[in-house]
Formats: sequence, structure tokens, C-alpha cells
Amino acid sequence: MAKPASRIGASLGLAPFLLYAAIFLIVPTVVVFVRAFIVDGAFSLEALASLKKASMIEITKNTLLLSLATAVVGALIGAVVAYVVSTANPNGLLRRFVTSASGVLAQFGGVTLAFAFIATVGREGVVSRWLDGAGIDITNSTWLFSLKGLMLVYTYFQVPLMVIVFLPALDGIRPQWREAADTLGASTWQYWRHVGVPLLFPAFLGALLLLFANAFAAYATAAALVNQGSPILALKIADALGNELLGNQTSVASAIALEMVLIVAVVMFAYSRLQQQTSRWLR
Amino acid sequence: MTEPATSAPREDAGRGVQVRLDGLTRVFGSVKALDGLELTLAPGELVALLGPSGCGKTTALRILAGLDTATSGRVFVGGTDISGVAAHKRDMGMVFQAYSLFPHMTVRHNVEFGLKLRGIDGGKRRARAMQMLELVGLESQSDRYAHQLSGGQQQRVALARALAIEPSVLLLDEPLSALDAKVRAQLRDEIRRVQLEVGTTTLFVTHDQEEALALADRVGVMRAGRLEQIAPPEELYSKPRTEFVAEFVGLTNRLPAYVSGGAATVAGSRLPTLAGSVEEGRGTALVRPEQIHVRADTDGNAVVSASSFLGAISRLTVTTDDGAHLVSQIPRTSVQGVTAGDRVAVLIDPAPVLVIGA
Repeated sequence: MAKPASRIGASLGLAPFLLYAAIFLIVPTVVVFVRAFIVDGAFSLEALASLKKASMIEITKNTLLLSLATAVVGALIGAVVAYVVSTANPNGLLRRFVTSASGVLAQFGGVTLAFAFIATVGREGVVSRWLDGAGIDITNSTWLFSLKGLMLVYTYFQVPLMVIVFLPALDGIRPQWREAADTLGASTWQYWRHVGVPLLFPAFLGALLLLFANAFAAYATAAALVNQGSPILALKIADALGNELLGNQTSVASAIALEMVLIVAVVMFAYSRLQQQTSRWLR
Repeated sequence: MTEPATSAPREDAGRGVQVRLDGLTRVFGSVKALDGLELTLAPGELVALLGPSGCGKTTALRILAGLDTATSGRVFVGGTDISGVAAHKRDMGMVFQAYSLFPHMTVRHNVEFGLKLRGIDGGKRRARAMQMLELVGLESQSDRYAHQLSGGQQQRVALARALAIEPSVLLLDEPLSALDAKVRAQLRDEIRRVQLEVGTTTLFVTHDQEEALALADRVGVMRAGRLEQIAPPEELYSKPRTEFVAEFVGLTNRLPAYVSGGAATVAGSRLPTLAGSVEEGRGTALVRPEQIHVRADTDGNAVVSASSFLGAISRLTVTTDDGAHLVSQIPRTSVQGVTAGDRVAVLIDPAPVLVIGA
């Protein structure tokens, strides 16, 4: 057990980060919470009521759909990739390449990713022009700048994130479990049905929730791609803060942010519970 | 190749089946893990395969389980060739070194698992699982999960799970190696009791000679993919056929010897020689510490250089006047008062010894 003096030393080492997190996470959250209830300097539920407008409900639905769809697709594809990697040589080239590439690509969002897609499948993109040459014209299509386009682009960083998050769970599956199931009479299908899938399910679901939160909170990629309208909540906040026609919409922006904070908080709570289960089973 | 045994499988056939490994060879790249292994287990017999790491004992067990495939050779169970049968169709119960319980299932569900796969209905399954848990003394832990059990309890559950399906063969892959000494001794005795009770033919793999000698009907000592000797524990210990077996099983003193007329002269004593010994001339006798007796004698030919108290017995290291170092392990009462620095007389029991080339 660590001595009290060394524990105090360790706590002091954490202090700068805790202070940093407190200033730029907790304080804005509190500010958002307070401002959502204040309009023109007085307590009001008006900003929160604006969330019930049909247009806002539509944007919320869009955001949830985008997050859920990219989380599910990213989780499924990423899980398959992670499984292939987990069965490969632990020190082999495939594993080293995929894990390194996933580490980079999972962070490859924002303007650069948007540009990469515009340059390939945008109106003047390389692939669009090839397709045009082959008789398939997508040069006039605006799909890339719509919700469908965002889904495709988000999936690009969701898949590698899944690989990074899910691989440790797959590595936690002990070969003895497979062999024990084998000797007890389980076929491959029965092993996965009764042992493999139930063991991995909490980890899979947890990773899926993390992907959901990742997409739900993403802003830069969407901002770089979408220049008309605000189909998702993150863009709507920016819109509310910067809309000169509608005047100061800080309260509305805060109300939307509060909605997002609450949704992400629920998702992350569920994620942490699943992580606890996973760490107990797949140590 | 014939089985290098000094004894045949046990005759008192139990409820188990005969198991025969016929010329098993397993090659991994340039390494021959098994080199024409021949082994027969009588019905209901418990055979321990003993040997250092890499000797092939675990490979043999895994091939028998169907978890690995022999490069050549065949596996017979109950007279049927099962060499090509998949592991999940072999009807074998296996206990692994550790951590093999399914962590998302309770103890009872773990034990029921094999029965569930066989389509046995819930009531019968539960009753059988509880019966097995009772057999290993864990019926009160049936609703717990693996992480809530000690290492010894987990291995007991693994044993109950392996036996619940009434396997034709029970395979134990170093099931005690991850446990502490006290639990290991308890569980060792328990495994033997349970195995005798159910009468399943059992192959037990270990690198721990004490475990092998205490548990098995016969112990097979393996080296470089082959059996050096297979025999009942007492015979293996008292009549080793090779230097490797003598050195690997128990402690051994190496003493200069001269062989003539079927007996060896060792430190002044005439000892009969075991089969496989040098037939004539100089050699090295491999003498067990229990064979070497020491008594206090101011005119003796040796001096005690170290003395260890081991409970009922004492271990003395003595140096003879001609410079040889001997280890003696004898009842404590016979050397009471003898301490390091004392002069002693050394006598060797006239039990047969193996004499190898000098």
C-alpha cells in the first residue's frame, strides 16, 4: 500500500490536469445549465421551450439518427476488423499496421477529412470524374453535403475508433474458454452462441455507446462539409450563436447544449457500467 | 517402438475405458515435440506424465483431447480409432491449468454447460450439477461467479464441470500449478478421491514429481518427446532405469562405484545393481539420500558440513575424507545431537542402485 506522503505527491501530480478540466469542462457546463434558464437577464423556460419546436425536434432526430447509424455501422465493421486483427500474430505486421493506422484515423476528423471526401467524391472529385467518364454522373449531386454524406464521412473515423476500443476486449478472451467449451462438446457455433458472444456483448455495446457519443458531439467535420442549414445539433448551436438576423440566441444555444450534455451523460453512464462488467470478465 | 515400461497397465479394470496412444509424433517446424510416443492406460487407471518443460507431455494430452493434431500416429479410446474425430465429439473432460471457468456463468451454470449441449432437460441438468458440486464440496457456492471464488475452488468447479458429462476419459493439464502449496496438496488428494470414486480413466500432466508420485497409479517420465520409463511410483523411485529418471525423480547422490559380479562397491559397501547398469568396471552409482545412513562416530570417515531440520526427518550434507559430498535423509531421531562440524560414520543401505558410466 502506498504511504500517505507518496499518495499526496501523486495527487499533487494530478492537480494541474484536474484544474484544467475543471476550468474548461465543469465551468462551461455550469454556465450552459444556468444560461439555458435565463433570457434577457431573467429566469425563463422560453429557451428550453424552443427545443420543442418542430424544426428543433427534427434536428434532434437527425443528430440521433446520424450518431446511431454511424455507431452501429462503425461498430459492426470495426468489430470484424478487430476480430481479424486479434486472431493474427500478436507481433505481426498486420496487427501493428492496423492498430497504428486506427490510432491515426480515429482522430482524422474535421476540415482535413471533409476535404478528403470533397476531393474524391465531391462535385469535382477524382472519383466523381472517373464515374462521370463511365457514364455515372454524380457531379451535380449534393448527397455528400447532406445527412447521408455525413453518415459516410463519420463512419470513416468511427470504424478505427471501434478497432481501438474493441480490440482489448477480444484480446481478453482466453483460449482456455474455447478449449474448455470444445472438450465439453460445443461446436464453433455453440461456443460463440453460449460463450463468445455473451462475453463480448457488454464490451461491444459499451464501444457502440462510445461511438454514439463520439458522433453526437462531433462538430468540425460537419461544419466543414455543410454550408447550408443546420441539420444537426452541434451546427445549430453555432448557428444560434452567430446568427445576426435573429439577434442574441445565447439562451437557445445553451438550451441545445444542455440537451446534448444530458444525452451524452446518460450514454456515458451506461458506457461506464458496461465497462465495469467487461473489465470483470475480460481481464 | 515398444512402450519402455517396467510394468503393464493396471489389471483391475474400473468403469473407464482403455486409452492407447500409438506411435504419436508431433513436429512443430524443426522441433519434434513427440517422437513416436507409445502409451496405454488401462480402464479406470490414473497415469501421470511427468517431465520438464518442453518434453512433450502437454502435447500428448492435447492430441488425446483433440485440441492438437499428431503429425503421425493414432489415438484409440475403448478400442476405437478417434484420431480424426473433432475435439467436441470426443467425449473427454478436461481441467486446465487455470482460468478456464466461463466468467459470465454461475458455478452451477458452468457445471451444467456440457449437459445443456447434450440436450439434457433443466431439472436433470440441475440435479446432476449439484451432485457434482457436492462431490467436490462446493454445493453451497453454486450461485457464485468465478471471480468470487479462490483459485482452489475454481479448479474444483472445473473438475466438477469436466466430470458432469460423464466423460470416457478425464484429462488434467497441470491443474494444480497455479495454486499455493497448501491448497495444492489438499486438491491433489481430492482429485485422487474423486477419480477413484467415479473410476474414469485419467491422464494427468505435471512437472511436479511429488504430485505425480502421490496421485498416479503409474507415472511416465518423459524426455524429448519419448517415455523414458513408466512404472508405479514406488518402482519408478526405487528402480529407475535411466540416469535421467533417477535424477528427475527425487534426490540422488552420485558416488564413484566399481561393478563386478552383478554388484557395485560404493563407499565400501556392496550393493546389487539395477537393470540398465554398467555390467563391469568403473562407474557412477546413483544413490538415494534415504539409503545413506549417518551415525555420530569420532573415528568416522566423514564430517557433517550442513544439517537441515525437515520435521520428522533430517537432511545432512556430509563430506567424506576422500572429498566426496553426500546428502543423507534419515529419521530425525537417529541423528539427534549431530550438528555441522561433527565427525560421523557413513553407511549405505544394500538396496539396488543404478550404476551409469563414469
